[in-house]
Amino acid sequence: MGGISSCFLLLIVLLIAADLAFTSLADFKNVLAKPEIRASIRLTLLSCTVSAILSVIVAIPLGYLLSRFRFPGRFLIDTLVDIPIVLPPLVLGLSLLILFHLPIGSSGWELETWLRDEVGFPVTYRWPAVVIAQFAVACAFAIRTMGVTFDQINPRAEDVARTLGCTRLQAFVQIALPQSGRGIIAALTIAWARALGEFGPILVFAGATRMRTEVLSTSVFLEMSVGDLNAAVAVSLLMVTIAIVVLVALRGLGARRWRLGTLTGDRTR
Amino acid sequence: MIRLDNISITVGTFHLPNVSLEIERGRYAILMGKTGCGKTSLLETICGLRKPSSGSVWLQDVDVTRYAPGDREIGYVPQDLALFPTYNVAEHLEFGLKLHKASPSQLKQRRDETAEILGITHLLRRPIDGLSGGEAQRVALGRAIAVEPSVLLLDEPLSALDEETRDEMLELLQSLKEATNVTTLHVTHNLAEAERLADCRYRLSDSVLEHVAID
Repeated sequence: MGGISSCFLLLIVLLIAADLAFTSLADFKNVLAKPEIRASIRLTLLSCTVSAILSVIVAIPLGYLLSRFRFPGRFLIDTLVDIPIVLPPLVLGLSLLILFHLPIGSSGWELETWLRDEVGFPVTYRWPAVVIAQFAVACAFAIRTMGVTFDQINPRAEDVARTLGCTRLQAFVQIALPQSGRGIIAALTIAWARALGEFGPILVFAGATRMRTEVLSTSVFLEMSVGDLNAAVAVSLLMVTIAIVVLVALRGLGARRWRLGTLTGDRTR
Repeated sequence: MIRLDNISITVGTFHLPNVSLEIERGRYAILMGKTGCGKTSLLETICGLRKPSSGSVWLQDVDVTRYAPGDREIGYVPQDLALFPTYNVAEHLEFGLKLHKASPSQLKQRRDETAEILGITHLLRRPIDGLSGGEAQRVALGRAIAVEPSVLLLDEPLSALDEETRDEMLELLQSLKEATNVTTLHVTHNLAEAERLADCRYRLSDSVLEHVAID
């Protein structure tokens, strides 16, 4: 068992080691000197953070609903949540593109046209498209994580709170939510990581315009497409570094909350 | 007063048909029966946490069948206690009082009174993690009685306690019974608990609830 598990760990270590061996410090300096890569890093950090926060905001109530209640249509909702997980990334991007540009009715009303002309907030091939593409997948993972979190919280405490005068909403806010702190951080971590790795839907729905919709995953693609393999590998390693820093920071935050909670008797507040 | 009029409960394949019961105001009733016979479902139905498939629930001469659990003025102590993991002991006692919009002075007075009755004043600032079985039991009981409910429902409250703590808790329940005079329905498997506390006794067996005479 241990041998099989170490094979996987060895594979990951070897992958990173091979990338490190292939590239050099000069390659790193070169890519970091490029303004388009710096813009890509900024957009990546911002878009991943926004899509992860949006994902958790949606995942908390939906995860709770799926965990606690049995209602007509629950199976359908449960299945719909899994669709972005199983859908090929390119198909998801294409579906988003079609959704925003599908003419509806005899007037040919289009969501994208309406957003651009009436709301003044164009989406397709701009930064909001990056966030939406990341959110569409990251949210599904966040919902699954929050569902498992609420499954592990004893619903009986919420029942007792209701006998003491809480509404269902108050029981959720005052009893279940404070217990789900570690689950929220886990959902945020998974959603952020998932958003960072998103490529296909972003390429189709947001394009890969340098300095506008380029994120690090598209930077790797763009550098490879112009034949600069060294830069592509350097950007890849940059992604690995950013991912490790953010994931360690989020996990550290979770552990700190747990330790503080243990000391004060309040794990999440 | 607790009155059940032809209550029927269905939980999956389990069915408890036409149960009727009346416990007079201020009486301490003990309900016994085998595991899985529907005692907890019956308590949950009185609480409003489970909808009966037919029949009605009356508390203090009011039909509360359609009332939300929080509007029934019930104190409920479930078998697993279900303490709130992120609250300390004082916050448990204050929880229901805050929901009932008690003023800060009322809240403090009632919290301290409850803690005094239950002998947990020294635990008020403690988190619930490190509490012993008996202490946790007292906190769960305190949370239920702090709001001065008209009806108290206890689901095997002493089942997880050692002999010594059980005796202490029995004494406490007895003194609570005398001090509060709250109508109580206490589910237990333990005959000694029944003999010591019961004003009236019921047995749920083969889906039939019967009154048991006390010698």
